[in-house]
Amino acid sequence: MIQLVNIHKTFGKVKALQGVNLHVRPGSIHGIIGENGAGKSTLMKILTGFIARTSGSILLDGREVALKTPEAARKLGIGMLYQEPLDFPKLSVLDNFMAAAADTNPQRQAEIITRLSNKFGFTLNPSSRQGKLTVGERQQVELMRLIRDQCRILILDEPTTGISGEQQKLLFGTLRRLRDEGKAIILVSHKLAEIHSLCDRVTILRHGKPAGEQEKPFNEEQLLQAMFAALPTRSSRPPRRTPGKPILTMEEVSTTAGRVGLDRINTTIHEGEIVGLAGLDGSGQSIFLQMAYGLLSPEQGRVSLPDADVEDVMRVFLPADRLGKGLIAGLTVREHQLLAGATPFFIHSGCGRDETKKAINTFSIIGTPDTMAEGLSGGNQQRLLLSLIPPQARLILLEHPTRGLDLQSGRWTWHYLRSHLPDNGAIIFASPELDDIMEQADRVLVFYNGAIILDRPTDQTGYREVSRAITGRV
Amino acid sequence: MMEISAAVFLAGIASSAAPLILAALGETLTEKAGVINLSLDGAILLSAMAGFVVAARTGSMVVGFAAAAGTGMLATLVLVVISIYLGQSQVAVGFALTFLCRDLAYFLGAPFARTAGPQLSIVPVPILADLPIIGPVFFQHSLIVYTSFIAIPLLWFFIYRTPQGLVLRCVGENPEACWARGIQPRKIQTIYTLLGGALIGLAGAAFSLAIKPGWGRPQGCEGMGWIALALVIFGGWHPLKVAFGAYLFGFLQMSGIFLQDIFPSIPAQIFQVAPFPLMIFTLVLVHLGRDNKGRKFFLLRLLSGDPPDALGKNYRQV
Repeated sequence: MIQLVNIHKTFGKVKALQGVNLHVRPGSIHGIIGENGAGKSTLMKILTGFIARTSGSILLDGREVALKTPEAARKLGIGMLYQEPLDFPKLSVLDNFMAAAADTNPQRQAEIITRLSNKFGFTLNPSSRQGKLTVGERQQVELMRLIRDQCRILILDEPTTGISGEQQKLLFGTLRRLRDEGKAIILVSHKLAEIHSLCDRVTILRHGKPAGEQEKPFNEEQLLQAMFAALPTRSSRPPRRTPGKPILTMEEVSTTAGRVGLDRINTTIHEGEIVGLAGLDGSGQSIFLQMAYGLLSPEQGRVSLPDADVEDVMRVFLPADRLGKGLIAGLTVREHQLLAGATPFFIHSGCGRDETKKAINTFSIIGTPDTMAEGLSGGNQQRLLLSLIPPQARLILLEHPTRGLDLQSGRWTWHYLRSHLPDNGAIIFASPELDDIMEQADRVLVFYNGAIILDRPTDQTGYREVSRAITGRV
Repeated sequence: MMEISAAVFLAGIASSAAPLILAALGETLTEKAGVINLSLDGAILLSAMAGFVVAARTGSMVVGFAAAAGTGMLATLVLVVISIYLGQSQVAVGFALTFLCRDLAYFLGAPFARTAGPQLSIVPVPILADLPIIGPVFFQHSLIVYTSFIAIPLLWFFIYRTPQGLVLRCVGENPEACWARGIQPRKIQTIYTLLGGALIGLAGAAFSLAIKPGWGRPQGCEGMGWIALALVIFGGWHPLKVAFGAYLFGFLQMSGIFLQDIFPSIPAQIFQVAPFPLMIFTLVLVHLGRDNKGRKFFLLRLLSGDPPDALGKNYRQV
């Protein structure tokens, strides 16, 4: 029914998609899987007309179509259910359902809601406020809207993120029914369990390139290999330190912050440990780090620093959003150094110049003392942040520490962190790169839906077990 | 005697609030689409001048009001181009525009200051105008005051009961979701910003041709644009509540005039200035209705309202 041939997409210099092919048949559910940043969302945005492709062609029923705007896609019967509900929370369910509809008779539209709700087993009140519904219910409203608009091709982007098990069952039932009615359904997911129970066919993307295609029944081993590249052999890694006294403990920590919150986290981090947090983006790693740093307090349970009574445990947090949360745009490298150290009473242009030059040399920051933070590249922003870590820091928390760094800088970063970590300190870092975690961490915690589902020393586990856990299989 | 003065008092509120209602409803329409038009204080003055001059020269009231509406649209066109299409800050552009319009009005209008001009006549509605109290309060006004009466329910109906109104609200809430559904948010925003501009222009002419007839420096309507902006917030972006706010302000102004007669020993300035701090005080009360404690009180809850989510944010359409 719909065929994508040799699709390329570049954003400036970044190649987001390179030669992707896809053929989706009517009456089938086609899965698209891949890591974060594999290009799944970009591909789907091209299909819905949200962004334009750089080259390649899209054939619908054998005829080439332009798909320049969402309006064009809609007219061709292509509809998408976005990962984050793209709706109007302050309006009623009925208003959400009617917005931009061809027919806007409230009575008729309310009847359609009732009819479709009954058909699929949803319980929705047309007059309630959309924002008061759960994510799963908001999704149901959107889904019914697409069905009413006679969409022949339905795209679902990570539809089970943040919805309950009950709603998931309902959704899967609905999707199977729609498939049997002849619709073509594209399911974007990184959860293998979903792919297994729903899809007839699956395409794997890796770094914007097609990495394989499989027909049901799927071979899980091959899927994982295609998703996470060839599982590389472990390179020589520095010897593991012997864990010392506990430095951070979490007991029954739960919260509803973030997309999935945290669900009864129990863990202890010891002195000398380097702990890697693995999992799909937004599975709770970031909330865990913010909790460990004290930016968030748990709604239930307790976060404690056993040593805090004896001496102050200095914590440092390097967030993923370097310029937004870590550095101050509009201030120079030198001013950052001054802020981090002891500031003199008056700041003249010579203040901290020598120290800054030293830091620029040690950390090989490409820039001058007077370069603004936003003028540095992503990698150099990270180096600047590293240079600001005080030597007495004992608990270093990092979010995506090597994002945007090339291999060399990445290695250097880790070398620096390891050699400067005091014996009674610990590092906790979250990374989307499994390689990073397997190579650098002594211990890995895998997050899934806000819970830790795997906790192992890295030398007692492997890529297979960890990548399975990331997709929710233990 | 008391009966007559009460009727005069209420009729005074109805007519003096008319331009405020037109301007505030115009701004409500614009802000519902997610665009803040801060230029209205200057735009009112500029269109007051344009309306007065054109009406005086052509001798036609209709042409005068049309010219004023056109002037209001022209002023907001600057905001449309620079903010909606070129992505510059709506607040900055609006501010600059309000002062530009004001100075332009005084400069271009200088030759016509204090010259004789026409005034919109009172058109009593047959039969209804003779009713006691209700007659003088509602049915012995100029056409622009009737327009302000009709505009209130009309705008409410349009925003909350028509498909176009639904699209308007959707754009103000989440332009990206609209784009995904095949609506062009910038086109919708342009339409309602210009329509709002036309209403603001009518408000200007309502001042210079009816409520405070004449042109000069000062004209007498200075500052009313800011009041209209505050009224939109006061009314929680809901046309009926916005209109209620305009009448409340009219009431405070008229009270000042009446109280001045009753208490001649109090300086007149106090009564002239009082409506402004009282308006700020009501704004605070309205705001209290938005937190949980305030929601317990029915009146506060009734007055509270949320701004459109996308208000003031330029939507970058790809």
